[in-house]
Amino acid sequence: MNIIDRRRDPGGKSLANRQRFIRRARALVRRAVREASAKRSIKDVEKGGDIVVPADGVREPTLRRGSVGGSREHVLPGNKKYVEGDTIARPEDEDGGGGASADGEGEDDFRFALSDEEFLDLFLEDLELPDLAKRQVMGVEESQPVRAGYRSSGPPAALSVARTMRNSLSRRIALGRPKPEEMAALEAEIEKLDDEGGHDEKVAELREELARKNRRMRLVPFIDPFDVRYRRFDQVPRPVARAVMFCLMDVSGSMDEHMKDLAKRFYSLLYLFLKRRYKRVDVVFIRHTHEAKEVDEDTFFHSRESGGTVVSTALEEMARIVQDRYPANQWNIYSAQASDGDNLPMDNQNTIALLKTAILPLCQYYAYLEVGHAKDDGGGEASSLWRAYELVASSDERMAMRKVSHRRDIYPVFRELFEAKPGVAA
Amino acid sequence: MSDAIVTRKPKSRIIPAPAAASSSLLYSGPDWNFETLGRIFDAVRDIGENEMGLDTYRTQIEVITSEQMLDAYSSVGMPLFYKHWSFGKDFARNQMMYNKGWQGLAYEIVINSDPCICYIMEENSATMQTLVLAHAAMGHNHFFKNNYVFKQWTDASGIADYLSFAKSYIAKCEERYGIEAVERLIDAAHALQSHGIHRYPGKRSMDLRSEQIREQERRAHGEALFNDLWRTVPQGKGKKPMSKKKSDEERRKAILRLPEENLLYFLEKTAPKLQGWQREILRIVRLIAQYFYPQRQTKMMNEGCACYTHHRIMTRLHEKGQIDDGAFLEFLHSHTSVVMQPDFDDRRFSGINPYALGFAMMQDIERIALTPMDEDREWFPDIAGNGDAYGTLREVWANFRDESVISQYLSPHVIRKMGLFQLVDDHDEDEMEVAAIHDERGYRNVRRALARQYDVARRDADIQIVDVDLTGDRRLELRHHVLDGVTLEEKDADRVLQHLADLWGYEVRLVESDDETVYAEHKAEPMRPFA
Repeated sequence: MNIIDRRRDPGGKSLANRQRFIRRARALVRRAVREASAKRSIKDVEKGGDIVVPADGVREPTLRRGSVGGSREHVLPGNKKYVEGDTIARPEDEDGGGGASADGEGEDDFRFALSDEEFLDLFLEDLELPDLAKRQVMGVEESQPVRAGYRSSGPPAALSVARTMRNSLSRRIALGRPKPEEMAALEAEIEKLDDEGGHDEKVAELREELARKNRRMRLVPFIDPFDVRYRRFDQVPRPVARAVMFCLMDVSGSMDEHMKDLAKRFYSLLYLFLKRRYKRVDVVFIRHTHEAKEVDEDTFFHSRESGGTVVSTALEEMARIVQDRYPANQWNIYSAQASDGDNLPMDNQNTIALLKTAILPLCQYYAYLEVGHAKDDGGGEASSLWRAYELVASSDERMAMRKVSHRRDIYPVFRELFEAKPGVAA
Repeated sequence: MSDAIVTRKPKSRIIPAPAAASSSLLYSGPDWNFETLGRIFDAVRDIGENEMGLDTYRTQIEVITSEQMLDAYSSVGMPLFYKHWSFGKDFARNQMMYNKGWQGLAYEIVINSDPCICYIMEENSATMQTLVLAHAAMGHNHFFKNNYVFKQWTDASGIADYLSFAKSYIAKCEERYGIEAVERLIDAAHALQSHGIHRYPGKRSMDLRSEQIREQERRAHGEALFNDLWRTVPQGKGKKPMSKKKSDEERRKAILRLPEENLLYFLEKTAPKLQGWQREILRIVRLIAQYFYPQRQTKMMNEGCACYTHHRIMTRLHEKGQIDDGAFLEFLHSHTSVVMQPDFDDRRFSGINPYALGFAMMQDIERIALTPMDEDREWFPDIAGNGDAYGTLREVWANFRDESVISQYLSPHVIRKMGLFQLVDDHDEDEMEVAAIHDERGYRNVRRALARQYDVARRDADIQIVDVDLTGDRRLELRHHVLDGVTLEEKDADRVLQHLADLWGYEVRLVESDDETVYAEHKAEPMRPFA
């Protein structure tokens, strides 16, 4: 009989098959993921979880006998009151009391769980960042060795003398290796007694002890390979590619909760997406009325301000922050602006000029999202800001603008904005 | 091949057991280490071999984690298996069921190979490991080595090598012809897997030497019977020569050895368009299906044998003082939950539990051999009271499969104990009828019906390739011989037929009929033929 310990074997033997299954059911899983994500709150959108796909797509058909029709017989256990010749009403949901249930249809849907990673992959599949140029320049992966404890094998250069000696010392004490001073003292005493003479018995005894100690010394080496320790290093990737995301929002009175919710959803998606592409993503929240201010997330979404609407203030603030903290040659800069489209008419010229000269040259991408209510759809004319932005967007591909009036449109709009363009290598 | 029992919380890590006390206990408490495991195995084997007379393959015990157990699940327990998405599908489902706590994991998986590999989970307590070793390493192992269906159909020493060959061959094909092409082929092969089995040992082709011996025997026989008188008997006209068309058909069926029920075998040998590697992959799928066929035929007996064995061994260990009362109670607790049979009207009922029926029958055979009642002497005159329970059981384990062991050894006692009754569900009637119960008139009917229920050849649809005209339109004709008016699941049948048409490369037709009625006809044209 052999006993083999397989517990340390590399796990994940089924991973390859699992991936094949997901690839196989990709179209189905993708649809299921999108449906599932529509139902989730925005916080959970990046969590994996149960996915239900129709069994039809992943069915493994076999030739088997059907579960209806014909004449069947079953032998069942647990008879209590039936005698031969009794009749029993046919159970409605199942055929004949379960004898054939094992090969019945039973699989309408196939349910399984996706990991967070798999979920996001499918969720953000085919999306690509619009301007990859800067990222490619800076996106060189670098890793840095970081001390991570000790290990028992390694290159000589990584030998940790202190740790090795500590192990050696404790082993020597534990195994009772005689100290050199003891030996020297013993030898000195033997010599002394020898010189004096007449202590033959004592000398013999001491010599024996000396021999024993010598033996012990040979048996218990000063440093055993067992003691040797090496410094251990882990390679930790250094964040090189990094991005900052500016969230600009109009918080004047005309923006209601619904609009803010739409904006928030869009920002979350963008954040998720950037997080997948960059090791480090900073988020800057700038809200504005007739003046702009950098705030934290909570304030950004929840506090109300009153005042007019001057968009250019937000752009100025953003330019200032970039100047201060995010030099454009070291950071990928993304910006998303949400607004209901109001702006002080006289500010439009100023805004466009700022956008063209100061903001767009810094940005990888500038998305403008006009949020509204469903009832506004199609009716009315474009807002003043929209009309102004249109001029810029048509001539600059770094800028994109969309209108959203319902929650369910957020994801499609987002996809539309970041759809991998043919010709852009991913 | 596994015990689905409720899982429990992981036990603490392995701690060396306190040096075995002066008592003869194998272990104390739930903890174990490899040394304990070795001691347990030796004690278990001692009882198994020396008292029960079991004869097993060498055993290889592999300790695995629950994640690895999940992995093993999805490749039918085999340590290596070729890659295919359907295994990933099983894995995804099991993983979810397990993570949600809807389903426990088996305590062990045992593989019919030589050496016999037993996977045991690290989370099991020492008592569970003892139970598992008795169950798998003794019970199943003995059954694999001695049962005639396994002997006839499986080569325990070759399976590991074959699987590793299959895996690397299929991986190579994927590299060469693309994953997609191979995957589609395996899809098709899997769909036909249930009908890729030889149910009867085929005629072995003779080697020259035995051919020669046979020829000699035939001549000797002819000489011994020679009587010149026969020459004088006037010859009759003989049979009328058959019409040309008819004899052509006969001839071509004979050449293709039709009818053929092993669809995969037929495709592998005859399909006109397949390439060499495609035939080889069909063959791999077919041989692996064949390897598992005995397990389907003997599920109930195999578990019965293993449950009886572990029950005896654990009881003996307790009697000999090698396990303490606490361990024995722990064992009884899991044993009873394994062999529990819910009644048909119970919410938990999902068919007859093979562990329960198997264990009940094996215990009953022991009872008949040792302390028979008059009834048993009448029903089983050859074994009743022979006093050798182990010998009788070994005999049974070696020479029967589920269907035959039930029709031979299901006693009135077990029928009564389990309250078995036969229910006839005829679709044309409004209500189902109780045809037989556990009374004098019913025993034999119940027994016969239950045996039929366990007859694999009867459970699987009887589908055969009956004709194909290779020189004509090459349409493959199949027939499903309908039994009791039960036709094939229609949607599935059409899908499988599509796969079959793609493999065959020409039209395929399946007729479902019995001797009187034609029930249905399915047709499929190749849509994306393999070539």
